[in-house]
Amino acid sequence: MYDLQCERLTKRFGQHIAVNDVSFDVPRGSFFSILGPSGCGKTTLMRMIAGFETPTGGDIRIKGASVLSTPPNRRSVKMVFQHLALFPMMNVGENIAYGLRCRGENKADIGRKVAAVLERIGLPDVAEKQVSQLSGGQKQRIAIARCMVLEPDVLLLDEPLGALDLKLRERMKIELKLLQNQFNTTFLYITHDQSEALVMSDNVAVMNAGRFEQIGSPQELYNSPRSGFVAGFVGDSNRWQGRAVDVADGEARVALDAGGEVIAMTGDSKVAAGSKVEVFVRPETISLGAGADGNRLSGTVDSLLFNGANSRVLVRTAGGNLVEVGHAVMDGSSPVRPGDQAEISWRREHCLCFGVAG
Amino acid sequence: MPRSDAGKLSLILLFMPFVLWMALLIVLPQLGVGYLSLREKLGPGKYSFGLANYMDFLHEPVYWNTLLRTAWMSILVTILALIVGFPVAYYIAKIARQRSRAALFLMCLIPLWVSDLVRAFGWIVLLRETGLISGFLQGIGLISGPVELLYNDVTVVVGLVYTVVLFMIVPLVSTLDGMDNSMIEAGYNLGGSRFTVFRRIVVPYAMPGIVAGCIIVFMLTAGSYLTPILLGGKNSMWFTEQIYEQFVTRYNWESGATFGVLLLAFTSFVVWLGLRLTGQSLASTVAKD
Repeated sequence: MYDLQCERLTKRFGQHIAVNDVSFDVPRGSFFSILGPSGCGKTTLMRMIAGFETPTGGDIRIKGASVLSTPPNRRSVKMVFQHLALFPMMNVGENIAYGLRCRGENKADIGRKVAAVLERIGLPDVAEKQVSQLSGGQKQRIAIARCMVLEPDVLLLDEPLGALDLKLRERMKIELKLLQNQFNTTFLYITHDQSEALVMSDNVAVMNAGRFEQIGSPQELYNSPRSGFVAGFVGDSNRWQGRAVDVADGEARVALDAGGEVIAMTGDSKVAAGSKVEVFVRPETISLGAGADGNRLSGTVDSLLFNGANSRVLVRTAGGNLVEVGHAVMDGSSPVRPGDQAEISWRREHCLCFGVAG
Repeated sequence: MPRSDAGKLSLILLFMPFVLWMALLIVLPQLGVGYLSLREKLGPGKYSFGLANYMDFLHEPVYWNTLLRTAWMSILVTILALIVGFPVAYYIAKIARQRSRAALFLMCLIPLWVSDLVRAFGWIVLLRETGLISGFLQGIGLISGPVELLYNDVTVVVGLVYTVVLFMIVPLVSTLDGMDNSMIEAGYNLGGSRFTVFRRIVVPYAMPGIVAGCIIVFMLTAGSYLTPILLGGKNSMWFTEQIYEQFVTRYNWESGATFGVLLLAFTSFVVWLGLRLTGQSLASTVAKD
């Protein structure tokens, strides 16, 4: 059973196509993210689902019924806005009660529901407070509570963590996921931050230039991207230009533009002998030192970038490419110093290539 | 600390024009008027002090009726200006595109380039017996003889609304401009109808602008002189006209000063009452940060 289905949804603004033929289904109770760079059309898509924009073509169904002719205030889709849009002239309790009052529920029910939802988000005593007295994380939870008290079929979240500082953002990611579990409501989450999408979602759609590039679980997107855009956008990758020399059995021998040759798995059908390709290798799959089988390149250590578990060694290959190599342990036991000669290697199944136009 | 001394000095210098303006042009004349209003003229060069001038005002119905009428008409003008100004301000701040916004705002300001007096005569040109509208109506055969559209209350109210509506629009635009569009969208998204969103979100948000605009417009209207005199003629019965008459025609400065004090006191009282009745206070609206 799907809570939200979009079928061939399209939106044009004059000549510009903001959302181009997008179809997806969101199963009940799941956390679905749309990940894309700014300007890719994800906000337009969300605004169409909320009813603030009318699609040029296609259909939106909530619980199986088309909502195209339903005005925004009657759709069972609630939205957490980017800057939350809490009403500053009402206190916290009134903010949450607003939707219930619009629905015309009686006073006793409203009081009970507001207290219950505040209890659930773990802020039982804030009903009388002004919005301006809350911290960033509390405002976030109030904005969610204001929607959840109406028991919507789908909750839309438009990059709500964007305005928070890094530490709080990390905490809110986990908290959002827990809230989603607790309310067991379908969440549709929009973000340009891949780590938010990967950490929280059951399924992620990667969007680029108005189209969905790929829909899949975070693991699928990370481990087997189906396009060069997804490979480059989701997670960190080394990315090199090259030309396929020959292609056989899903493997391609690629001559890198900067020199050197690697064997890569072909990611799409556009890779043919002689065609231009892009090669992607994740830093954590590359190791220092010669491996038994697979690809290897040699070069010199350029610099060490310490970042705890995400530390990197930058190696400049003979051809001039700068390669990021994952190197989690950066203590005395790994005597790598800038200027050292280094051999790097990785297994061929960790190396993907995609055809590029032209 | 030389630094803080310099800071103090520049603060004093910056405030000086304002302080001088307030002291010399507002406070001092008001004190003078207050003093005059308490003085009774007994004979040439002989004065005593008391509340006799105020008693005269209370004993002469025509005076306090004029004051009440002025206040009531000013309230009407304020309400009409709000009704006319709000949609205009809302359009400029929320609906118009960014580029046309400045142009629209400028168009609202253009009438200010023409003096009050000239604009009032503009109305006279339109509305008098031999004016454009009367002539046009006769021309298309809707009326048989010339019709006098000047010198009645409706004309005075319309003219006043026209004169002051700008002072309603400006504060409204600036408050509405600060309102995030997503606030309105959130209002709809959570199930509000157009009316609910307007009443519970837009109006409360705009309240500082509404209060500021209403106070400015009410005070301007109650204290206006030209428009009611020119458009209302002798029928206008505007309180400022009484003050002028006492000061200039009758040369009774004591009585004129009394009227001036009463006008200030009464309009202040109306503003206070308005704030109380609508549950607003200056601290929570105009002075809000």
